This record gives sequence, structure tokens and C-alpha cells, in this order.
Amino acid sequence: MDAKIVPDTIEDIEIELLLEAVYQHFHYDFRHYARASIKRRLLHARSQLGYDSISAMQSDVLRDRTMLPRLLNYLTVQVSEMFRDPSYFRALREKVIPHLRTYASLKVWVAGCSNGEELYSLSILFREEGLAHKTMFYATDINPSALKAAEAGVYPLEQIRLFTANHQKSGGHSSLSDYYTAAYGRAVFDKSLRSQVVFSDHSLVTDAVFGEMHLISCRNVLIYFNRELQNRAVGLFRDSLARRGFLGLGSKESLRFSEHASAFSEFVGGEKIYQRTLP
Amino acid sequence: MTGRAVVIGASAGGVQALSQILPALPEGFPLPVLVVVHVPPRRDNALVELFAAKCRLGVKEAEDKESLRGGTIYFAPANYHLMVETDGAVALSSEEPVNHSRPAIDVLFETAADAFGPGLSAIVLTGANHDGAQGLKAVAAAGGMAIVEDPATAEVATMPSAALAACPSAIPMSYDQITTHLQELAAS
Repeated sequence: MDAKIVPDTIEDIEIELLLEAVYQHFHYDFRHYARASIKRRLLHARSQLGYDSISAMQSDVLRDRTMLPRLLNYLTVQVSEMFRDPSYFRALREKVIPHLRTYASLKVWVAGCSNGEELYSLSILFREEGLAHKTMFYATDINPSALKAAEAGVYPLEQIRLFTANHQKSGGHSSLSDYYTAAYGRAVFDKSLRSQVVFSDHSLVTDAVFGEMHLISCRNVLIYFNRELQNRAVGLFRDSLARRGFLGLGSKESLRFSEHASAFSEFVGGEKIYQRTLP
Repeated sequence: MTGRAVVIGASAGGVQALSQILPALPEGFPLPVLVVVHVPPRRDNALVELFAAKCRLGVKEAEDKESLRGGTIYFAPANYHLMVETDGAVALSSEEPVNHSRPAIDVLFETAADAFGPGLSAIVLTGANHDGAQGLKAVAAAGGMAIVEDPATAEVATMPSAALAACPSAIPMSYDQITTHLQELAAS
């Protein structure tokens, strides 16, 4: 499966070495991320940061402490929107929430939360559905600057029109404007939305189980992993879910190719919402 | 994996242009064909249905991590970049738009050039922007065959013209010449 059609270029070798160096020195493991995308992002980083080669960039990454955070911002993808794929949130609202209502307390894990758009969407949805008071959210990411942005909950005002439309299509029965204050071109989301959120540095690649979740939402994260890493992450989700807990993936992600597929059943197939089956 | 593939990028006027080319591919065409068309970011992929009805080859939306197979036409899903890994598997990505587009033609062409090198034929069709120009240049640099729809007859010449400017070695072709080229690929 790893047979390459065209031999590696010098650039490919440099990328391999850089990822190995970042792993050995900083324990950030991008070695098994889907390579085509990582390569594009590293080449972009190289030109944006003004290096002639990946090797020259590697030298500074290892020696200059300010370089790693900058590199992480290229290596991790931080593109999202609130209530992205509104039909996913509608399915959570209509199909999953009725099950969650039966629990006395709830734990929700937003894995790979990036800048927090998905977290705030879920926090608003749970409040609208009257479950916020008994829910603890866990928002994790490997990128400290993304976690910081998630904790701040501030988004450019020009995105709000899209967020608002998405929220309405998701079946939202409040107004998104109830949850933010607009100032200086930015929308600052209400801090009560994160009063029951634990933000934490966690890697699906190298870290361990996160316990007894009722819902894990991890969308457009697994597509950046190769199959082995996907298997690891899905195994982690399996072991982190309560009995009959739910797992939501991105619209183009699926458990079909996963070795852990049998631990889950399709709950809302079209929306990539799965339920942990009984062991 | 045959080690060969065809990639096609189209924008404004693209559906008509593709309707001239894709249905002409014969049954048993041995290469995978990957297509990026700029479409609005909706979830359902109307292109797959449209071309499945017209084509003799299998037509599907590309799925993340699937291995490419000859005789199949893969469309990029709306709102995702379509890439090829060096082992000939599909990779999707929701990274930033490139040239204001997601999917972007440059992203498909550059990654396919990496994966297939001289085994790749790339075609830039009609469109009103510059997407595909840098990708076509990468295809030619990797030894692949670079083709543009003849700007003189393209419905919107901007995109093939931009690709030709960025990649002067690209060959402008009519629809007939493109389909003949593809049929020759099948025979070789």
C-alpha cells in the first residue's frame, strides 16, 4: 500500500526529516499525517517564513524557540465555521439529544476543537435544548494557540452572517445574536458558554483515553491522518465512549475502512453519526 | 495501480465542456480520471448523477483514503479539496480555499503531479479565473502531459489562457483532439 509510483524527491526526504526532528525534539507527531496535505502546508510555511529549503527551516525550528508555534499554525488546519454542515447539528438535535436527555449528567468531547467554532455551536445547541446545566464539555487540540483562541471565543464579524444562517438551518430556536457582543469588527461570544468547558492539550496521535463520554464530536480531523493513525484515533474514541455513546465525524469521513468499525453502528448514517455498540 | 492518471479542471462553462469529453471515454478505459469543477459549496453532488447518466465509465464522488481504480471518473466533493497521495490513494481536505476555490484545481494537479509524474495527463478547461495555472506548470515540470482547452474556442477563455501563460509548453486542443488524446492513452 505504501508503494510509490514516482521516487521521492529531495524535498520529500527533507519533509520526512523535518517531521522526524519535530517528533524527536518536541514530541509533536505529524509523521503519519496524510502526506499530500502536510507537504503542501510545509511548502507554504517555507515560502511564507522566507526559507530557501525545508532543511534550512528545520535548522531554525530546532534552535529558535519562537519557531515551533509558528510552524504548528501551518501544520494544523484551523479552518472551520459555527454550525458547519447544519444538517449534522439538526440530526444531533432531533435524533441524539432525545437519548442524551435520559442521563443525569453528560460529558461531551470536542476532539480537535481548533479555534472553538464547533465547541460554541454545541454549547449553544445544548443550552437551547435545556441540557447545558448538566453537561461538561471537554475541548482538546494539540495546538496551544488554537486552544487559546477557542478559550477566547472571538471571531471576525464578517463570518457572523454565515454562522447565523447555519445556526438557523440547524433548527436553532434562539437568535445567535443572543450569544455574542459585536465590537470593533469582532464578535465576542458570551463567556457563560464556556463556564462548563475544560480546555486541554490532547493529541489523538500520542495521548490516551479521555473517559466516559456520551458524545464525541470530531469532524474534519481524521481526514488529515493516514489509515493507521485513523485506526488509533477511532480506537481511542471507542474506549472513551460510555455504553451507547455517540460519535460524530465530518461529512466525508467514515468508519467504513476502520478496524474498529464493528464497535459502532450507524445512528444517522447520512450525517456520519455513530453509536457505540455494547461490548 | 497503473501508475497513470488523467486530471481535469473546469470552472464556468465546465459542465458543457465535460459533456463533450467524459461521455467519449470508452468502456474499459484503463486510467482513473479525477475531476475538479468549481461548484457552490453544497453537500449533494449533482455532477455525479449528471455524468453517471451520460458516461460509459463508473462515476463517483471521490472518498477519502480510497485507492484509485482505472475506468472510474472521480469528482471532487463540494467544499473539499481533492488530492492524490503518492501511493495512488485519494485524500480529501477542508483546508483553506486556494484561488478562492475549494475544491481547487491547483491542489489536485500539484498533488497528482507528485504522485504520477510522467504518467499524468492534465487538462485545464473553460473558466473565468486563474485556478489550474500553477498546477499545470507543476504537471509539466514533473514530466506529465499538459493540455489546455483551446482558448480561441473555449466558452470562457480566461482559465485556459492563464494556464497557457504559466505553462507555455501546454498544448491547446479542441474537444476532438482531447478525446483522441485520451483514447490514445487507453491504447498505449
